[in-house]
Amino acid sequence: MKAKENIKANWPVMVLLILGLSTIIFPLYMTIVIAFKNPSDMTTTISGILSLPKSWSLDNFRQAMEITDFWHSLGYSLLITSITIVLCILLHSMIGYVLGRTRAKSKFYNFIYLFIVSGMFVPFAILMMPLAKQTAVMHLGNWVGVILLYVVFYMPMNILLYSGYLVNIPTALEEAARVDGASTWKTYWSIIFPIMKPMHATVAVITALAVWNDVMTPLVIMAGSGTNTLPLAQLNFQTQFGTNYNLAFASYLLSLIPILIFYVICQKQILNGVVNGAVK
Amino acid sequence: MKNEKKRTYLLMTLPILALFICFNTIPLIQGVIYSFTNSRGFGSYDYVGLRNYIDLFQDLRVGKSYLFTIKLAIGSTIVVNVISLILALALNSKIRAKSFFRAAYFLPNILGSLVVGYIFNYFFTYIMPAFFQMLGTDALSTSILSNTKTAWIGVLIVCAWQAIAMNTIIYISGLQTVPEEVYEAGDLDGATGWARFKNLTFPLIIPFFTINMVLSVKNFLMVFDQIMALTQGGPAQSTESISYLIYKNGMAGGQFGFQSANAVVFFIVIVTISVLQMRFSSKKEEQL
Repeated sequence: MKAKENIKANWPVMVLLILGLSTIIFPLYMTIVIAFKNPSDMTTTISGILSLPKSWSLDNFRQAMEITDFWHSLGYSLLITSITIVLCILLHSMIGYVLGRTRAKSKFYNFIYLFIVSGMFVPFAILMMPLAKQTAVMHLGNWVGVILLYVVFYMPMNILLYSGYLVNIPTALEEAARVDGASTWKTYWSIIFPIMKPMHATVAVITALAVWNDVMTPLVIMAGSGTNTLPLAQLNFQTQFGTNYNLAFASYLLSLIPILIFYVICQKQILNGVVNGAVK
Repeated sequence: MKNEKKRTYLLMTLPILALFICFNTIPLIQGVIYSFTNSRGFGSYDYVGLRNYIDLFQDLRVGKSYLFTIKLAIGSTIVVNVISLILALALNSKIRAKSFFRAAYFLPNILGSLVVGYIFNYFFTYIMPAFFQMLGTDALSTSILSNTKTAWIGVLIVCAWQAIAMNTIIYISGLQTVPEEVYEAGDLDGATGWARFKNLTFPLIIPFFTINMVLSVKNFLMVFDQIMALTQGGPAQSTESISYLIYKNGMAGGQFGFQSANAVVFFIVIVTISVLQMRFSSKKEEQL
């Protein structure tokens, strides 16, 4: 059966798919060749812009790193993203567990559940002005504040995911542990938390992609703090690139490389996570 | 024993709920309060009643931003869903290197939309005009982003480039839920091509269609990064999205109170559209 299927591979569709890939490869190709070129290699004709560079120089990258303070921005992006993921997994799974287990029976918990989940419809646009003020007053107009906000913003979605996942986990396990005299707190961390591992992966992937690429939250909250995330650095130093597009593209490419590496290594987990997150 | 459980549950819930209220509910209420003031974002302010809301409905710039955002949301949703469905069907058909193709077509979605916007900005400004000049098409020899009539198409292309990746992957997972037997039964009845898609495949993946619709509309209504990178609302404010206008005039333009009212209206619009969409699609699912 398997062999038969292989023979019948649909070649016309494959050819179209390969052609279609050019819409994805072209912008990336353009970014790479421009990033490696010297401004003097650029002419206004298409072939001048898109030809391979005469010499592959790393000069643009060195300069771009200096201008955008690349390592600092990368560091803050990594810091913010990783702490957010850890906090989301620990806190959201915990509250998701309680709400998932109780909301069928308890009006109080069901209200909390609906209250938080409906937060999904609140656009950042309405929160950003009050939040900018509030975080400034609370001395959270920095990366710590940004992390706290992410933990709050992704809470509705993640609680939905966790409490939905819990439906499939029988309560027998917890009851058995309780009979053995384990506390609720201990039962959660030693039994339920490890069982929800597939959901942790999904939450980690979705949160990572969203946080890593987010511009608006750091833009509004961290604007005056002198620190940047990778995307924010691109925005803030855009004017300094001027018309030196080679420099600008080197900087764009630098900011894309970490996530590209991540994608190449964990593409399977990423695809699964994204689908799980959207479909459930 | 029972009390221990209750206490632990409360301890696990309340601190996190407090965090949520502090950074979501309170700012939301504050936003609503500010919408009744003439605050400029600093200094003292007065309550002005419904003044902002009345002004809002007479403000041409706000009206224009709603028209643009809705036009973009509808346009992109249609374009993205049509292309994604076709692409998903192709990626789900009998092809070699399936997982490679799927991974490659998903790539645009993981890239940051601000940087993607900058890259496309260059493409629209330099590559495309040069290309059409070479072909001798004068009409398209200037950047589409610099023309008030075409700039929104540029924004749409960039939004679609990233969103197609996401929607395709969701459609593929939908197509995988359709059992092979359904097609075999369809083959017996002579259902092929379009008839097969319309009568067999599509009805079975309607839940996934719903997810994609809700996802697309909501994301496109909130479009921000792409505007920031491509047009900054220009030319002549023709591509100012609602989020962008609220950010620009509310945060820096001294219209804190007024734009808060705008944000409240925007919030109501999003809730209404989401609720309507879910009502509508759950009815459709019931019919099947």
